[in-house]
Amino acid sequence: MAAVTYLELLKLGGSEVLLVLAGLVVLLVDLAVMRDEPRQNRMLLAGAISAVGCFAAGLWALQDGITGRAFAGMLVIDRASQLVKVVLLMMTAATVALSVQGRFTRHVGEYFSLLLFSTVGMMLMVSTENILLLFVALEIASLSLYILTAFNEENPQADEAALKYFLFGGVAAAFLLFGLSVLYGLTGSLDLREIGAVLGQRGVDAGVAVAVVLVLVGFGFKVAAVPFHLWAPDAYVGAPTPVAALVASGSKVAAFFLLGKVLSTGFAEVAGSAAWHGVLSGWAPVLAVMACFSLLLGNLAAIAQKRLKRLLAYSAVGHAGYMLVGAMALAGATDRGRALAMVVFYAATYGFTTIGAFGVAAAMERAGESDRIDGFAGLSSRAPVMSFCLMIFLLSLAGIPPLVGFAGKFFLFGSALAAGPGLGLVWLVGFAIAMSAVALFYYLGVLKQAYVVPAGERAGTLTVQVSVILTLAVLTAVVLLLGLYPGLLLDPLTRALAVGM
Amino acid sequence: MNDLPAITLLTLLPVVAGMLLLVMRPDGVLARRIAVGTGFLLLLGTLGLWLGFPHGSAGLAFQERHDWAPALGIQYFVAVDGISLMLVLLTGLLIPMSLLTGKVPEDRPVLYYAFVLFLGGGLIGTFTALNFFHWFIFWELSLIPAFFLIKLWGGKGRDAAATQFFIYTMVGSIAMLLAFLALFLATGKFDFLSLAEMGQAGALEGALAGAVGWSGISGSGLAMLVFLGVFLGFAVKVPCMPFHTWLPSTYATAPTPVTMLLTGAMSKMGVYGLVRILLPIFPDQLRAVSPLLLGLALATIVFAAWSAFAQTELKRMFAYSSVNHLGYCLLGVFLVVRLDPGIGDNAVSQAALMNGVVLQMFNHGLTAATLFCLLGMLEQRAGGHESMGDFGGLRTAVPVYAGFVGIATFASLGLPGLNGFVGEFLIFRGAFGLSPWVAVLATPGLLITAIFLLTFFQRVFLGRLDERWQGMADLSTAERWLIAPALLLMLVLGVAPQLVLTTINPAVQHLIAAVTH
Amino acid sequence: MSLPAWTIYLPFLGMLVLLLWPGATSRDARRVALVTMLLAGGAAFLSVLRYNPDAGWQEIVRLPWIPQFGIEYHLAMDGISACLLLLTAVASVVGVLFSWNIEHRTRAYFAFYLALIGGVYGVFLSRDLFLLFVFYEIAIIPKYFLIAIWGSTRREYGAMKLVLYSFVGSAVALVGMLAILAMGWRETGTPTMDLGLLARIPWSGGFQAWVFPLVFVGFGFLAGMWPFHSWAPTGHVAAPTPVSMLLAGVIMKLGAYGALRVGVGLFPAGVQMWQGTIALLAVCGILYGALVALVQQDFKFVIGFSSVSHMGFVILGLVTLNRYGLGGAVVQMFSHGILAGLLFGVVGRMVYDRTHTRQLPDLERMHLNRVLPFAAWTFVLAGVASMGLPGFSGFVAEMFVLVGAWSAFPLYAIATGVGILVGVAYTLRAVRRAFFADAGRAVAEAVALEHPLPPITWPEKIGAVVLLAASLMVGLNPDLLFRYVLPGVDGMLGVMAKGGGL
Repeated sequence: MAAVTYLELLKLGGSEVLLVLAGLVVLLVDLAVMRDEPRQNRMLLAGAISAVGCFAAGLWALQDGITGRAFAGMLVIDRASQLVKVVLLMMTAATVALSVQGRFTRHVGEYFSLLLFSTVGMMLMVSTENILLLFVALEIASLSLYILTAFNEENPQADEAALKYFLFGGVAAAFLLFGLSVLYGLTGSLDLREIGAVLGQRGVDAGVAVAVVLVLVGFGFKVAAVPFHLWAPDAYVGAPTPVAALVASGSKVAAFFLLGKVLSTGFAEVAGSAAWHGVLSGWAPVLAVMACFSLLLGNLAAIAQKRLKRLLAYSAVGHAGYMLVGAMALAGATDRGRALAMVVFYAATYGFTTIGAFGVAAAMERAGESDRIDGFAGLSSRAPVMSFCLMIFLLSLAGIPPLVGFAGKFFLFGSALAAGPGLGLVWLVGFAIAMSAVALFYYLGVLKQAYVVPAGERAGTLTVQVSVILTLAVLTAVVLLLGLYPGLLLDPLTRALAVGM
Repeated sequence: MNDLPAITLLTLLPVVAGMLLLVMRPDGVLARRIAVGTGFLLLLGTLGLWLGFPHGSAGLAFQERHDWAPALGIQYFVAVDGISLMLVLLTGLLIPMSLLTGKVPEDRPVLYYAFVLFLGGGLIGTFTALNFFHWFIFWELSLIPAFFLIKLWGGKGRDAAATQFFIYTMVGSIAMLLAFLALFLATGKFDFLSLAEMGQAGALEGALAGAVGWSGISGSGLAMLVFLGVFLGFAVKVPCMPFHTWLPSTYATAPTPVTMLLTGAMSKMGVYGLVRILLPIFPDQLRAVSPLLLGLALATIVFAAWSAFAQTELKRMFAYSSVNHLGYCLLGVFLVVRLDPGIGDNAVSQAALMNGVVLQMFNHGLTAATLFCLLGMLEQRAGGHESMGDFGGLRTAVPVYAGFVGIATFASLGLPGLNGFVGEFLIFRGAFGLSPWVAVLATPGLLITAIFLLTFFQRVFLGRLDERWQGMADLSTAERWLIAPALLLMLVLGVAPQLVLTTINPAVQHLIAAVTH
Repeated sequence: MSLPAWTIYLPFLGMLVLLLWPGATSRDARRVALVTMLLAGGAAFLSVLRYNPDAGWQEIVRLPWIPQFGIEYHLAMDGISACLLLLTAVASVVGVLFSWNIEHRTRAYFAFYLALIGGVYGVFLSRDLFLLFVFYEIAIIPKYFLIAIWGSTRREYGAMKLVLYSFVGSAVALVGMLAILAMGWRETGTPTMDLGLLARIPWSGGFQAWVFPLVFVGFGFLAGMWPFHSWAPTGHVAAPTPVSMLLAGVIMKLGAYGALRVGVGLFPAGVQMWQGTIALLAVCGILYGALVALVQQDFKFVIGFSSVSHMGFVILGLVTLNRYGLGGAVVQMFSHGILAGLLFGVVGRMVYDRTHTRQLPDLERMHLNRVLPFAAWTFVLAGVASMGLPGFSGFVAEMFVLVGAWSAFPLYAIATGVGILVGVAYTLRAVRRAFFADAGRAVAEAVALEHPLPPITWPEKIGAVVLLAASLMVGLNPDLLFRYVLPGVDGMLGVMAKGGGL
């Protein structure tokens, strides 16, 4: 273990440090200077500072040559982690942009600083290979998000939602912690690489199985996979819409990257297999079952939803299922880096898309409407640009080419199938694709309201806030661009992960 | 001959004229003039063809052969020999005759004349084409004008009759199409002559067995199946019993000029197909099932005559009479392939038989068309009455008409001296030579025909004149001039059949030589 | 030479123009659409003219796209693509002409329309499996909106049914594609989606046995393959007329094209294994479609089911695995595209938009052959052509499908003959009941006076004449298409034979 100087440490964790600083500045400025200003101005300034913080942190992360591994894998900085951080920061920035014209809270400073702190937690999640810091980072991100969920003054259910989120999260954290401690007990190490090496010799026995299952439970909660998804719909609906967007995007990207790392580094040798005629015990069958149920339940439950945010919540469950299918590739792939790149690519692009969809919900709420789907009637004439964005987002979520959702799904399934053994996962891939056909049905239901059903009595142009429409436009461009040329993100990701793993 | 594409021009002439009519949309009278003018041009053209034809040679004249779809081995190939020339001539005669019959239709005259001209084009095309691909185009497309002529200008029950006519014919056509496609698959050829060569050499069976390969069925079985498909197509068109049920109502319903074409020319498409296509390509298959087919032909002859006897409506009666007359042609075609020694020289019998068949085609076309034309005149005068019981003693009211009908009727029942006799005599002569029993079995047809035709004449023209018909007008000058040439021709051919037999005989001899090895 | 690629870019450019021109009036939108389609169609015609059928594949564009999966942006054309480019060119232009009376949200209508056509051109030119699928799916979504917004009878139901069927079909095909990708990757060591390379991989028999039906049936959904056809009639009926024309005209061809290129092209041994079953389904489709068409009261349903029947010929031709059957299937795609378009045009635009009823009993009372003679005779000609009478494109196409069928499955060839016959019957029935109901002239003229109908407009006439002429040209000179199609088919069969599958 090489000694690391403080300077080097600062350099390695520069992005996180910058973001923490930005968070503190936001708090300070809001408390000290802006206290008596109108809320709008406070939001704008706080948002601006947060954005600058994200930008600075992103720039830092983009620097060349910052790589290193410190403190038994506590801080692992490589190109992959930096890239994912940039993605996370972009998502936070988008969340910030969606928030600045919101009216859901008076606690401006606290809101934005918590956003940034939760992002720091996510960033730490992607830059560790140590199960201790892994847990700490996870908790930083989660705790901030629990609080943020309760910030919605406009929605009386926010408290209940936050409590639910917190309780479920707490229990899951307990499982995770228990699992990690079992892992430590079995291997005597906190470093995932060493754990991996020890488990490799040990094979799958009862103790390992317990540890694996418990860890997966913890992650299952984080990514809202069935059966640990129960918090998701309530939290998504109760939380301020931008926060819900961040929960659905950034938190998922971080969690999947981390899960990927755990599976491919720590649990590499205890994968087992979920191939149709060759099930072997390990994490793969567990993950396959979770994936299956997430796909089934998420997509079927989404059909019945009357509100966009709830629909997105269930669709998020379904999408967690797709990503789990992609993660299955980590079990058999010869090139695990590539397989992980596909999962991250999907999580990232799904994140951008879903932020956009939540943005539309936010715009509707702030224009005095709600996110009720039948309230979208005639949206194409009331807000043509926004409904176009909505169409792009939803079709991308449904996986229609040439949007990025299709490319992402294709990569996930392609790598899962190519990973083997044989074409053993074809049953799972087939099931996932079948469920995406179900998904198209409910996404089209929303678009039907927007494009087909006439406006009715609520006709008249809908005013969409500038910040929202700009964010949506940027996200739409991202979805289109990445759809047409996925290489923009996929190439750096595959390259970085090929080096990193 | 020079390089003038005579046949193509002749085929296109009525088609183009019909299209011109549709584009110009003249009024009824002018449309009729244009149509009749085209009809006479057509007649002149066919006469020109007749004059330019090397009479006495067995080969093909006026050949045109061009690549059409080389990727598929399809050629445009038209020509005439003695047999098809007779039918082209018949069409050339009947088209103007039909156009001149009756008045200008009140309803959509332009369309009417255009359709008649299209039908004419289709007929000429069918009688001259020697490649299945475009032969089939004409064969099928002549259906469309016929369908609409019946459907739009027919009498009572025209809708049902037109539909029945169309569907029946299509059943046959599709069977034939499938059969030819199987042949194409086996041989890669649509050319009738090449197919005929293969068929006569017995090469079809092997080719079919190789290409179609159908578990359990041998090459000869496949060839038989294909043969039956083609046969069905022609049998419906002729019609051969039991595929004849569409005919009476169609003939009775269609407007008179159209019935003239249907019976005069379109039914010949079927017989012509049998002679020109079925016989040369499938001589062996025909031989194999000839007893069965002869039974059908005999049934056609006898039962059609019987049915005619039972009719009271004149048009229906003559419709069955048509079936009966074409039955002799069927008999001839099915009998000619027999190789068993008969009475006397087989070759002579066969020559007589086939000459008779071709002559009978021409004669029947002429006579039946004339008869239907005359019936139409009567119907028009009688205000739609056409049951035998409605009339009586018309001879005194319309003597010229009665005389004309008399001549045509006697031609039809085969009175010596008129054209019908020659054809039927030759057929019976040949039939006796080849298989006396068949000839004997066919004779009741002749007798019954004579009986019902005479009955018809007696009940309509002799006896006491019904008061209703006291004032019936006799034939006008125009009508006389329309019918007279046809009657004259009947007489001429009855007295001097060698006029056309010299043209027919070489082609027939050639055909017989080919199919009897 | 990238001229053919412009057939793809131009429609999307046109769509962009429409999207970014908020002030465009209906007239502007129509003109933009017409000009775009004419240009794209012109590009298609020129490309076909310049294409040398004996030269095999002509490369258009080939750029790396997603190297991680061996995916390329690869456009190329052969004779089969050429034939279908021509179809798309004709159908898309005529579709705009038949859309001339769309006044409701015209800009959006044509934007969707152009996107759809762009996707269609894309499918026919794609040489990369992934790219093909991308374009294939691009064509699905605009359909939903075109039908759901501008449609008629039960439009939302019809649109949703259509899209879900298409999507389920493509999902099935997608599973197959992913399997192809993964298996090819394993076989060759490098991922590739290039159809040319994939065709050369010696797939194992066991693999072909289950992947071939996946992709064939998956694409077959959109081709209206029985028993997965039931979206077709309802979709056709619900759709606005020009969209019905396109649905039947080109969209169903996408499915057939996919089945041909991916299913038949890659897995000859798979075809052989499933030949009998699929041929049976095809014949069932031919007979079923025709029989159901025979008893419909709604005029558009007659045509809708007739499409199922005619597409059965395509499916049948595809699995014959010989040059005549495959060539006939491709020409049938062209022919059905033209004729079904025309039939829908007459029924939906010329008749329904004027009479506001499609019920045959109602139409019987209107004596349309006197009131709308142009519509009546156009329908007669189109009907004659579609029932497979010689002289029109339908005949040559069905003829060669049948030739192919004779060699592969003689019994089905005969059953197909029965199907043609039923086709004759339902066409005749439609002609008689809708246009030529039997009544005296006086009655008919009185009815006509009572309900004056607006005359047929010029765009309609031009559109109808163009389609008829196309069908007639191919019917009278089949070489026009076969010159391109047969070398294309031969090339495909050649590759199959080399791949060891045959």
